[in-house]
Amino acid sequence: MGRIFKSIGTALALVGALAGAALAQQPTEVRIGVALEPPILDPTAGAAEAIDIVVYQNIFEGLTAIDENGAVQPGLASSWTISDDNLTYTFKLHEGVTFHDGTAFDADDVKFTFDRIPAADSVNAHKELYTDIAEVKVIDPFTVSFTLSKPVGLFLFNLGRGDAVIVAPESADNNATTPIGTGPFAFVQWDKGNRVLLERYEPYWGTMPALTKATYLFIGDTAAMTSALLAGDIDGTNNFAPDSLAVFEGNPQFKVLVGTTEGETIPGTNNRKPPFDNLKVRQAMAHALDRKAIIDGATFGYGTPIGAPFAPHNAYYVDLTGTYPYDPAAAKALLAEAGYPDGFSATLKLPPLGYARLSGQIIASQFAAVGIKLELINVEFAQWLQDVYTNHDFDLTIISHVEPFDIGNYANPDYYFGYDNPDFRALIKTLNETTDDAKRKELAIEAQTIPAKDAVNGYLFELAQTGVWNAKLAGMWQNSPIEGLVLRGIHWVE
Amino acid sequence: MILFALRRFLGFAATLLLAAVVIFYLLDLLPGDPARFTSGITATPEAVANLRAQMGLDAPAHERLLGWIAGMLRGDFGMSYTQRAPVAALLWERLAVTLPLTVMAMIISVVIGLPLGIVSARARGKAPDTAIMVLAQLGVAVPNFWFGMMLTLVFAVALRWLPPGGFTPRGENPWLSLRGLVLPSPALALPQASILARVMRTALVDVQGQDFIRTARAKGLTMGEAVWRHGVRNALLPVLTILGLQFAFLIAGTIIVENVFYLPGLGRLIFTAISERDLILVRGATVVLIVAVTATMFVVDLAYALVDPRLRERSTP
Repeated sequence: MGRIFKSIGTALALVGALAGAALAQQPTEVRIGVALEPPILDPTAGAAEAIDIVVYQNIFEGLTAIDENGAVQPGLASSWTISDDNLTYTFKLHEGVTFHDGTAFDADDVKFTFDRIPAADSVNAHKELYTDIAEVKVIDPFTVSFTLSKPVGLFLFNLGRGDAVIVAPESADNNATTPIGTGPFAFVQWDKGNRVLLERYEPYWGTMPALTKATYLFIGDTAAMTSALLAGDIDGTNNFAPDSLAVFEGNPQFKVLVGTTEGETIPGTNNRKPPFDNLKVRQAMAHALDRKAIIDGATFGYGTPIGAPFAPHNAYYVDLTGTYPYDPAAAKALLAEAGYPDGFSATLKLPPLGYARLSGQIIASQFAAVGIKLELINVEFAQWLQDVYTNHDFDLTIISHVEPFDIGNYANPDYYFGYDNPDFRALIKTLNETTDDAKRKELAIEAQTIPAKDAVNGYLFELAQTGVWNAKLAGMWQNSPIEGLVLRGIHWVE
Repeated sequence: MILFALRRFLGFAATLLLAAVVIFYLLDLLPGDPARFTSGITATPEAVANLRAQMGLDAPAHERLLGWIAGMLRGDFGMSYTQRAPVAALLWERLAVTLPLTVMAMIISVVIGLPLGIVSARARGKAPDTAIMVLAQLGVAVPNFWFGMMLTLVFAVALRWLPPGGFTPRGENPWLSLRGLVLPSPALALPQASILARVMRTALVDVQGQDFIRTARAKGLTMGEAVWRHGVRNALLPVLTILGLQFAFLIAGTIIVENVFYLPGLGRLIFTAISERDLILVRGATVVLIVAVTATMFVVDLAYALVDPRLRERSTP
């Protein structure tokens, strides 16, 4: 009798152990919610961030890769040498790399990719970053050299952008709908309006990611995203509306990852137009802004104050938030000096972004306190692009400049805010052509100081990246130094 | 009869053509550029210009209009500007979600709305009537999206019986595909069911006072039998009219409900297409909707004849 019980006990223990083993098996799939669906999946044919979120470093790879801290790492190029005059870069390529359609990757694909960017009919959104490439030469199947017409300080970084991922001549034309790259994940299916499925590419040349399958679900509505997270329909999202983060902050089933982005949020000012062409008026507006109130109100405390168009986590950053401290009295005095003792009226065009609409309301009340009456005009994004960005038909607007090192925009007098300063242009040119790090830092600090002092725009805050993830997921990028949601490090833990 | 049908068809075609022209020019007035939207905020003007040319947007408006209409006559709705895929295929994909959703919502609103209306009319002035009418009032007043969110919170987040949203293609798993519509369809149906209940009640209350009901009662039928056999059928005429109109409301409602439940339907497609200025897609979708609504009206006309023999006789001389 006792023996029977014993064997039953053993059997039960065995079953229990088996069940335990089955439970301990880590899942290898992930479902990620993102707010915006990309219009296409080809990062070399559009600059929409939504494209890079799905494909960057997942489906497509560049010669170099940008890591979580914004540093340049080897990508498809295993190593490189730079000539003493900084004009010739010679890359050694990884061997045995294949595209997801099975074709081999070699130096000809690199040449094809970079000959395609400057072509007359190219729709690459960042052609200008690669115009200094004079020649791409295939030395042997796994060695390629780039000759530049002048030194480009950010050349290796630019090679790591989504705009410069390596594509194959066999598949490049169809990448908009069926992207084929060399990355650790291969494209499986895109149900428009619904989801994109990716699958681990087993012949991948590099370190195998832990995930075997990733699904991106497009959920535009914040409330719907909240439900999807709470109900477990998705395992996380890389950037969640800060106003609803409180739901997840105390919940042990979730982790909230707060990191930095490249998004400098500014009240964009039309420097071409009176009264904004007057330095005193712009200084007065800068003094009228109470950054802390705006950050608390518009980003629920998640933004980092900035005083210049430069990201605080960058190694070259210098804190300029004290250039024009919050001082309504000084603002009024400056307005009077500029000839507007009673203030003036202006319009503020707001794109449909949560932080912009909220900041707009707060700024309107802060400006009203010094006599500047703002009329708030809400516009759709397509209309914003046309009115503000393309036709420069605006007084003030609010937008976040989300690209790395976009201070270069201040050297473009045709840019929407219309800052025209030859000295600054010369400085940026020197900076771009300088490759020595200490020298670059010095120049970058000077470059931050000029638009800050000139109060070209107001400078509010650096947008935070606020991800919400299942507490058992690890390996997500906390910071977002470049547009993308890199899957390779993500894995499940106990 | 043939002449009648032909005239109706010509009217139908003229309506469509006129609508197409109006939609085309109205949308052309919208500020915003699909090429700029796709290439993103930092794209160079040159890249945007290249893309505009690729999209065929640099031709004058009337040329694009003629090309568009000629294309549609051949069944070609053109290429989506921002998604770079054929519009017809995009619409067809999305109808696979919106059509079942709308039909389910229609069925739910009829199955719930009509019996409640009948019960309410029969119990006029009594407690059930008051209760049903208060509920119906609430049903009309509660916004779709709020009711949808409440359904999600209860059945998806708290109880975890149903998915909070999303859609599995039918080919992949028909059961999951259907499950995905269980919460959205009542959310979409609620206001319509409420309206139907109110209309049914009013119509039936009107009919109950008619002479023929009294005659039926005098014949020896109970009130219930008289209302069921003679009243309901007569009361259905105004209900059918409303039902036909409701189709258009349901389609409009899908824009909101599909957002709440992140369903890849026609409503959400139109919503995104408008914000991206994918005008050719918006135009194509609008034409499809106009055809659908006009066709529904035609079916309702036929249904009148079924319910009301007098109309049938008049139309077949």
